[in-house]
Amino acid sequence: MKPLNSVIAACPPSGIRRFFDIAASMDDVISLGVGEPDFVTPWRIREAGIFALENGFTTYTSNAGLLELREAICADLDSRYAVSYHPASECLITAGVSEGLDLALRVLLEPGDEVLIPEPCYVAYAPCVTFAGGTPVTVPTDGADGFRLHVDTVAAAVTPRTKAVLISSPANPTGAVQPREDLAALVELAVRHDLYLISDEIYERLSYLSPHTCLAALPGARERTVLLGGFSKAHAMTGWRVGYLCAPAAISELAGRIHQYTMLCASHVSQMAALEALRAGDSDVAEMVADYDRRRRLFVKGLCEIGLDCREPGGAFYAFPSIAGTGLTSQDFAEQLLASERVAVVPGDVFGPSGEGYIRCCYATALPLLEEALERMERFLRKVSA
Amino acid sequence: MREIIEILQADGRATPERIAKMTGLGVEEVRDQIAAWEDAGIIRRYKAVVDLDRLRAIDGTEVITALIDVSVSPERGFGFDNVAARISQFPEVRSVYLMSGAQDLRCVVTGRSMHDVADFVAQKLATIDRVNATVTHFVLKTYKDDGELLIPPTEDHRLRVAP
Repeated sequence: MKPLNSVIAACPPSGIRRFFDIAASMDDVISLGVGEPDFVTPWRIREAGIFALENGFTTYTSNAGLLELREAICADLDSRYAVSYHPASECLITAGVSEGLDLALRVLLEPGDEVLIPEPCYVAYAPCVTFAGGTPVTVPTDGADGFRLHVDTVAAAVTPRTKAVLISSPANPTGAVQPREDLAALVELAVRHDLYLISDEIYERLSYLSPHTCLAALPGARERTVLLGGFSKAHAMTGWRVGYLCAPAAISELAGRIHQYTMLCASHVSQMAALEALRAGDSDVAEMVADYDRRRRLFVKGLCEIGLDCREPGGAFYAFPSIAGTGLTSQDFAEQLLASERVAVVPGDVFGPSGEGYIRCCYATALPLLEEALERMERFLRKVSA
Repeated sequence: MREIIEILQADGRATPERIAKMTGLGVEEVRDQIAAWEDAGIIRRYKAVVDLDRLRAIDGTEVITALIDVSVSPERGFGFDNVAARISQFPEVRSVYLMSGAQDLRCVVTGRSMHDVADFVAQKLATIDRVNATVTHFVLKTYKDDGELLIPPTEDHRLRVAP
């Protein structure tokens, strides 16, 4: 047989996968290893999906997605962040942010173009850049200052081949929210070096300590920014696979061209459900966010009390405590914790080298289980330090 | 402060310690606030939400619930209040509402059997002065009670570890 695609064959599988396989084979595991809400999609949204099925909305939609949904998304972005996109030419409905990211990278990158990615970051960023023919260049951030994005570190990584910066705030896995002034400085850097910005804002609704800063709304950003958003985290709709890409018409048009030939369109039923989420979902979002926030406070405090150093994460639903005090690597810590106390967390190094010495714990888990997990972790820490 | 009430409404057994952690408030502050609400009669009491259908399935305990519409002649100067207060005093009566629409009062009444409830209506409720008529609706099955879904919960379908 002739060899398969060497670029893809050379890309290692996600480090999360291995952990999943171990955890899936065990009983009585409390999992803090998930990356999604523990709420089921709010009923009014599920009901809208059922209505769509019952009434036969089972066809293709236009390639770009239902115009009504694009109008609702653009109106929502305008009202909350004062950033204006034209629904017909600058907004594309995608199968989640994942597809939007792939489209953005394929539209922006020529072979060999470099994309700067602050890490620790979502596991798909670097592989997607590689698959799009680009070269991922990770930029370290430091847990000691809450994984803040320092624009001079980013600037130091810029080369003549740098084409774009890919960022996410609030971030998976750290829960870090980048301050507005840091993002503004990043935009200035992008303007200075004529770089594109890809902003993954899937966690925008989950910002607990400060109002979310939409990157595209910052002065000078809109013309060079691809804004990626979706419904998965805010509306607990991960399995519906529906998100959006907003960008200036020239970019959106090309992204739409790939989408037209590959995805064709996002699921019709999911689009109908997403429309209901935008029309009537605000109160559900507010309730879920308030609930995450309570668990966030309780869990982070709990981590500190059992002796794990954890900075307050401002967004998403992850705590990213340091386990440096144990002397274990992230992998060893996570493996031993799972084996001896049956608590599944994700070792921080799978998200990039700066994540070594940390673990990702998702607190979108029922309160009694969080408390039980803290007890088990405390017992584990006592064993490790003994 | 409103958040404390919301947490307690969802879980009456949440301790001040836990609420303090969840809200970022001080333990003493939470304790004092709850005590103040209890003193002011805002928090009336803490009780369990029981799935009576399941309880019956296990030990045969029969609790019959009926919604009873009551038609009342209002009283000059008091409207429906005196009659409503009189009805509310009966321990069999769980809730009493003044309603818009065709009937005046709606009562939620519980008893050990349909006969118990029918007896209560015939002997006590219908005989009260100014009560003109009653219509009794027996509850056959409870799907959701005071915000609590009693049908089987949705399982957690999430993968154990995911990006």
